[in-house]
Amino acid sequence: MNKILALIGNPNCGKTTLFNTLTGSNQYVGNWPGVTVERKIGELMNYEGYDVMDLPGVYSLSPYTPEEVVTRDYLLENHPGAVINILDASNLERNLYLTTQILEQGYPMVLALNMMDLVHKNGDDLDTQGLADALGCHAIEITASKGQGIKELLDVAIHASDGHVHLKPVRYSPVIEDTLVRIDEICNLPPEHDKRWHLVKIFERDPHELEKADLVPQLQEKLEALIRWAEQKDGDDSESLIAAGRYAAIEKLLSQYYKRGNKDQTSKISDAIDKVVTNRLLGLPIFFGIMWLMYFVSVSTVGQYTTDGMDALFKNLGELVRTAMDSATISPILSGLVVDGIIGGVGAVLSFVPQIFMLFLFLSFLEDCGYMSRVAFLMDRIFRSFGLSGRSFIPMLIGTGCSVPAIMSARTIENDKDRKLTIMLTPFIPCNAKLPLFALFAAALFPQNSWIGPSMYLFGILMVIVSGFALKKTRFFNTEAANFVMEMPAYHWPKLRSMWQHTWERVKGFIIKAGTIIFVASAVLWILQNFNLRLDMVKPEQSMMADIGRFIAPVFAPLGFGTWQTAFAAIGGFIAKEVIVSTFGILSGISDPENGGTAMQAVVQSMFTPASGYAFMVFILLASPCIAAIATIRREMDSWRWTLAALGYQTGIAYVIAFLVYQIGSRL
Amino acid sequence: MKTLNDAKIGEPVIVTKVCATGALKRRIVDMGLTKGTRVTVCRVAPLGDPIEIKLRNYNLSIRKADAKNILVED
Repeated sequence: MNKILALIGNPNCGKTTLFNTLTGSNQYVGNWPGVTVERKIGELMNYEGYDVMDLPGVYSLSPYTPEEVVTRDYLLENHPGAVINILDASNLERNLYLTTQILEQGYPMVLALNMMDLVHKNGDDLDTQGLADALGCHAIEITASKGQGIKELLDVAIHASDGHVHLKPVRYSPVIEDTLVRIDEICNLPPEHDKRWHLVKIFERDPHELEKADLVPQLQEKLEALIRWAEQKDGDDSESLIAAGRYAAIEKLLSQYYKRGNKDQTSKISDAIDKVVTNRLLGLPIFFGIMWLMYFVSVSTVGQYTTDGMDALFKNLGELVRTAMDSATISPILSGLVVDGIIGGVGAVLSFVPQIFMLFLFLSFLEDCGYMSRVAFLMDRIFRSFGLSGRSFIPMLIGTGCSVPAIMSARTIENDKDRKLTIMLTPFIPCNAKLPLFALFAAALFPQNSWIGPSMYLFGILMVIVSGFALKKTRFFNTEAANFVMEMPAYHWPKLRSMWQHTWERVKGFIIKAGTIIFVASAVLWILQNFNLRLDMVKPEQSMMADIGRFIAPVFAPLGFGTWQTAFAAIGGFIAKEVIVSTFGILSGISDPENGGTAMQAVVQSMFTPASGYAFMVFILLASPCIAAIATIRREMDSWRWTLAALGYQTGIAYVIAFLVYQIGSRL
Repeated sequence: MKTLNDAKIGEPVIVTKVCATGALKRRIVDMGLTKGTRVTVCRVAPLGDPIEIKLRNYNLSIRKADAKNILVED
């Protein structure tokens, strides 16, 4: 078993950069069980026998956000060999607040003081040794992005993990210190390294700790009376007293060891940028400009070219393979499966890779430089009113291109439930692939109405708003954590390496995880479309898929499109929404459905009335997205239950709305 | 009683009490809005909410409804 060095620190303090420097590419990225919080662990480079655990960025160990719960539980239950507490040295007053809590847990700890260059640039001066001595642990100045101070940091961390530390937790007021001694007399805690932590938590009336103490009613009363006494003496509630006590201790430390110059460059530059980008008049136009640029570059221009290129590449590759297999006299069934089923299906997904790559390069830039917090600041007012986070705007916007990167971009939403809700609702925004269908149906059934196409967007947005309202009322999404007390980090120029790593991590995850599910699913769907139950290769109308279509067609009858062809096409839409149009073509014997023009319109006119056609459009708009998106939802939710709930909700809503559209529409 | 929501932009005030409860209260005090802390409102978001405040040498954004729970004095 390797010893574990746990990395802990505030968000935006350079923790991920340090983690990458320590572990190189030997990382395992997953999720903590039950929450969509990233769990990262890696082997320490250049040292045998140590793993580094990257705990989520937190401001405190009070267990309210999923990140805080994960971090706190990890520390209390897993006993890391040593804790490396990384701090933004240019923002010590708030960063040390977490340190005061870790100190009380008594683990061997070292402080990694990052961003010392900013401290010097601001004309400030930190007495690192003095601060370290006052807290009873080692403190090392590092520049994580340049790899400076890393060796020294590891040497002291590894030394500390052998148990060589004498921590000095901060002291509270005499009344509180006295109370902690008396709480110990009542609760009689075992003399372990984290005793002071438990005493403080009991003083704060932490429900979890009180339950663990398991006191008889008489002692419970005694304890409560004691806490009340202290609260009255010091004139505030116990939680506030402890927080204020920690900050007071930090202020005292900094007044001794941190000399402030008067340049304060960083915050001046940041304020100047914020004066423009969050300006009352300019803020929103600049925001929309940045969003437009991101969308334009990564989705519609460069993204589209590369996606088309990849598409062509896979088509050619498929033909090459087919020719090769044919000349090797391999059965056309097998080459069909490989070329049409697997290369076609996986290729359709991999062709998104350039788009996803570009998008995430943009997003990591916005995130790393600090603008993402401003996005939430700007958009909070609107999105909060229907139960989403200000950052939900980005997934929704990207969703007009493709749901896959849109769902992935929901990672920038901090709150776990807001993130899940956003993932669930993003597919309602019509993606690129649905447009040919809408265009065909609008032209065939509503030649006089130019609002039919745009109405799909309105429908999608409306469903996001209504669903947000409604689902937020249910117990699954109803959080008290609707609070929005958010740091606005100082702007800084992102490091190319960390942006690259960030982006690559997500793209790689998409390729591997989504790829495996899609690989299997494409093969299965291809078999269903081309074989009958006796596994003879047959025409589409005799395939298992057609049988399934005939079987479920009656379900669609109340929606006005209960034929096996439409059911066949809707199921085919699972592979990719683009194929719905071509499926109609193939089933009607049109050889080149994409350029079918009026012939295709005639097919649609023969199968649908305006009411049932509009109902079909609404159904395709809202119902379960394609396999690539489903695989992405599964990956981001990290739970089949949530994934199925999302798909069930989308398809259920689609059914109900399409039903209403048809029933009302056909009576008009 | 004057709350943080009533403070004028650019005018420093001192926190006297945090009236919220539960997770919100915890978050507010964790982020350093404790009794005696000096806070300045920097700006209001373009749509009128939330606000951005400066304290303990860093910036924080908070909704107006939450800022109403923080009592302050000049």
